[in-house]
Amino acid sequence: MKLLPPRSPIKGSQEMLLIPCPYCGNRPEIEFAYGGEAHVVRAAAPRTVDDTAWTEFLYFRKNPRGDHAERWRHAYGCGRFFNVKRNTYTDQIEASYRIGETLP
Amino acid sequence: MDNLVQTKPMPRLFPLSGKAIDRRCTPVNGGARFSLRLPAASISTASAALGVELAVPVNRASAANGRTALRLGPDEWLLLLSEAEAVPVAAVLEARLTDGRYSLADISHRQTGVVLEGTAVTDILNGGCPLDFDLAAFPVGMATRTIFCKAEAVLWRQSEGRFHLEVWRSFAPYVWNLLAIVSREYAV
Repeated sequence: MKLLPPRSPIKGSQEMLLIPCPYCGNRPEIEFAYGGEAHVVRAAAPRTVDDTAWTEFLYFRKNPRGDHAERWRHAYGCGRFFNVKRNTYTDQIEASYRIGETLP
Repeated sequence: MDNLVQTKPMPRLFPLSGKAIDRRCTPVNGGARFSLRLPAASISTASAALGVELAVPVNRASAANGRTALRLGPDEWLLLLSEAEAVPVAAVLEARLTDGRYSLADISHRQTGVVLEGTAVTDILNGGCPLDFDLAAFPVGMATRTIFCKAEAVLWRQSEGRFHLEVWRSFAPYVWNLLAIVSREYAV
């Protein structure tokens, strides 16, 4: 699939980014707070984890150019955290799903 | 529980009253507000205890017996009651929800409300709120938390041209001034 280039921020766009909240439906982005990469699991017993793995967990993120699973919180809405699969290049959102569900 | 609830109605400070000279913007005087958080298993019990159906879809309002419940999230409701009912409701919930797995917080003094009416009301609200107020997207009976410029707000559409807007009391002068500025454009 050919990726569409992102919109130029200089020309400006009349469209607003809508984020699909699994509880409330499509809502404007300004209602949401970004929560970083999704599915980063904290070790059940942190004291048994070696320094390298702990550093990985704390500080290293994928930061891809393309599909990215990330957490969002509908801060000015239902207040729930949920996950979104978003393309970081085109800003297109493919799916949103509740916490605890797997990436579709 | 009892020590959290005011047994006597306190004199209420309304930042909007006195300024609300416009017939389309009227402060909601009095009334108690509660934030109710419930697990899914307790919804039917709490509905029976309150006399209001809580099992409505998210972002919908339900009203019965003079009580209103706005479902703001999957496990969160904003209850709008008369001041006289504040104490009985807290006691009834405590008696019925015996497992104690719920949270009821009196936020009567945290928030204040205005009712906005008029043909241009959706345009005025859109001056600070990015939601789509088309009847298909925001039907009558919908209630949701949202943002008005920088203030958190709860919006409840009571009829096509009538909205109930709840804001935190400290934000009310800010919201009111913005509403007045936007309203000027529509010669309200």
